[in-house]
Amino acid sequence: MTQTRPILIAALLASSVLTIPAAALAQDKILRIGMTAADIPRTLGQPDQGFEGNRFTGMTIYDGLTAWDLSKEDEASVVIPNLATSWAVNPDDTTKWVFNLRDDVTFHDGSAFNAESVVWNVQKVLDEAAPHFDASQVGVTASRMPTLRSARAIDEFTVELTTSEPDSFLPINLTNLFMASPAHWQAKFDETGNAETAWAAFAADPSGTGPFRVTSFVPRERLELAPNTNYWNPARTPKLDGVVLVPLPEANARTAALLSGQVDWIEAPSPDAIPQIESRGFTIYANPQPHVWPWQLSFAEGSPWLDKRVRHAANLCFDREELQILLGGYMGIPKGTVDPTHPWWGNPSFDIRYDLEEAQRLMTEAGFSAANPVKVKVQTSASGSGQMQPIPMNEYLQQSLRDCYFDIELDVIEWNTVFTNWRRGANDESANGAHAINVSFATMDPFFAMVRFTSTGTFPPVSNNWGLFGNDEFDALIADARTTFEDDARDAALARLHARIVEEAPFVWVAHDAGPRAMSSRVTGVVQPKSWFIDIAPMDMN
Amino acid sequence: MLGYTLRRIIYTAPVLFGVSVVCFALVHISPGDPLISILPADASVELQDRLRTLYGFDRSYPEQFILWLGRALQGDLGTSIATGRPVTSEVIRAVGNTLMLAAVATFIGFVLGCFFGFVAGYFSNSPLDKAASAAAVFGVSVPHYWLGMVRVIIFSAQLGWLPAAGAGPGGSGQWKFDLEHLSYMILPAITMSVIPMGIIARTVRALVAEILAQEFVIGLRARGLSELGVFLHVVKNAAPTALAVMGVQLGYLLGGSILIETVFSWPGTGMLLNSAIFQRDLPLLQGTILVLALFFVVLNLAVDVMQSALDPRIKR
Repeated sequence: MTQTRPILIAALLASSVLTIPAAALAQDKILRIGMTAADIPRTLGQPDQGFEGNRFTGMTIYDGLTAWDLSKEDEASVVIPNLATSWAVNPDDTTKWVFNLRDDVTFHDGSAFNAESVVWNVQKVLDEAAPHFDASQVGVTASRMPTLRSARAIDEFTVELTTSEPDSFLPINLTNLFMASPAHWQAKFDETGNAETAWAAFAADPSGTGPFRVTSFVPRERLELAPNTNYWNPARTPKLDGVVLVPLPEANARTAALLSGQVDWIEAPSPDAIPQIESRGFTIYANPQPHVWPWQLSFAEGSPWLDKRVRHAANLCFDREELQILLGGYMGIPKGTVDPTHPWWGNPSFDIRYDLEEAQRLMTEAGFSAANPVKVKVQTSASGSGQMQPIPMNEYLQQSLRDCYFDIELDVIEWNTVFTNWRRGANDESANGAHAINVSFATMDPFFAMVRFTSTGTFPPVSNNWGLFGNDEFDALIADARTTFEDDARDAALARLHARIVEEAPFVWVAHDAGPRAMSSRVTGVVQPKSWFIDIAPMDMN
Repeated sequence: MLGYTLRRIIYTAPVLFGVSVVCFALVHISPGDPLISILPADASVELQDRLRTLYGFDRSYPEQFILWLGRALQGDLGTSIATGRPVTSEVIRAVGNTLMLAAVATFIGFVLGCFFGFVAGYFSNSPLDKAASAAAVFGVSVPHYWLGMVRVIIFSAQLGWLPAAGAGPGGSGQWKFDLEHLSYMILPAITMSVIPMGIIARTVRALVAEILAQEFVIGLRARGLSELGVFLHVVKNAAPTALAVMGVQLGYLLGGSILIETVFSWPGTGMLLNSAIFQRDLPLLQGTILVLALFFVVLNLAVDVMQSALDPRIKR
């Protein structure tokens, strides 16, 4: 007894020492976030790691000329003014746009934001002759604004942007161009004398105009942000004392970090862990995202999907509500590429639903039966960004579609290989004879949501029209949307395009990801919009 | 001894060159686009070609290899495509973290392995031997990432005693050898030590049992040497092999356990390799593999030299 007491006291002391940091942190309003990324997304202005990068090191440290409205959870997220207060296309030359800028914005280093800053930030990714051109930022930027070519300052707070062709999608694309401080980069360049090392130094000590500024950066381990008290937008001026971003790529490690109090928020908890997380008092936030988990169908010669009845039958033959249960409830049920609340919806005449009888009727009419099923091969991956739970989901489809006389063969290959094959098309040998490919995609931007899958100009290898779907009607609908510059009229044109896509069904629409994230109940002011993004700036902590 | 050491160092030169060739070839023949981390699949063909030229991937493989080797010999392993940071500094930081973890794990594994091995060897075929051997078999057989996850669930998620992930409250850059920081190392180090513990225990058990059956031990006992004296002779005879095994195990652990470091988000070479593989970051992948291979070669050299110091017969 006398021997065990000191051991117990020592153990208690040790455990109290170990819990001090968490308790101390709890006094400050420091929001600690466990990301799914294996590394801190790049901090130099144009983040990598997909939209998780934009979410955590883009929108926090930087601003774009335009931004997504993330203040509503029950409506589609739309583009709103940000560093630009207004914009208009030149009616005489629709490749030229004039953006009017805010005049009250400064970078974290104190330098002023103006039209020259915009020109400099366009040059960093598009002008190879510019001293600050950075090849490493080109890929993630230029592909998201494929028509932007140059920028010119008209006066201190007015800038003209030029596109390669008339493109009404430009204001949407510009949510991806973040404004880094030219003066701060120049200071780094003066210190190092080399553009590449100047960008490396800038990434370690960045300067944007965003609601948070970087205070500490340990590569691959943590990024610490403090509030930008001079932020120009009072509605987004942070109430938090700071934010800490921690890369935790392994789902179980994220869950354990949350449950042990190491972080206050984790991205993408595994569905199996959600009941336990909820039982410990954490809140799960989820909302269907602008994301589609599809089978993209092949229209190559000999494909069974050339028959529209077969395409419709596949869309009608499985119960998405049952699939939703399989995924723990964290899945949106698609009615098309966008949902019926979206401005691009367009009331298609084909209703995507579960209707086994109608699906069987269509398949019988197309000449198939239980004794004579249609053979279909689908290329997919065992994992991958945005792929949710690809194997159980595909196996669910495989079993369900058997009732409608489909004999599905799954061709499961490595994620990066599927992603590369996506660009090569259904006719390429990399397709391995597949009649459909399962690669999920984002639908925030009209080009990425619709155009690249339905234009004859985006057949492989140009873009991702893997299935070679397209004709004159769709090209005309796309051209109409691209050259309609008034916002409502452009959305109406996109709605016509979307309606026709749903009616022609070049996809089997299976799911929208609901993007669950788990947070401590201490975190308040959380709005989970229908978006890949979430705004940290208005959040607070009890 | 000096001659032997020099000869061994000279022998490593062709090995190192071979390692660099294999390392370069391996990462280049693996499927996938090296620019995938900075080039989305929907990037235009022109943009892909432009970046391929800017990063030098349009050159022939021999040309790329010579350029890379030339820079590597000067200590420059290039720049990570994904992060834009110098590979050398990335690798050095990760190697430091892994070295720290691997050294602690190897120490734990060596001490426990020797203990179980000697107990099992000395009490061969007794219940003690069975228990110690069972512990060793468990160490070799159990999937250590599974064991890591179970320990995280128990000690972090349920009991909240130890941190689940990371290398210190402020990251490895602010590492200190105090209780708070060491608490981050306890779970990964103990989990990592399980395999070396099992291997060393089995090796030592076999060695001790074999040595105890040798005539010189009977002779020692016949001369009236105390049991402690006999034990010291056994230790001296078992040490070279046990050290060699420990060296190899330390080498493996230095390679970083991708699984352990991922489970515990420990920022070492395993996590670095994992990240480089998934991002197809060729400069980072090449640099990390090369440095790890160099470590392995140097470690083997050190163990060889130590072995020959302990047992001069090896030099012959």
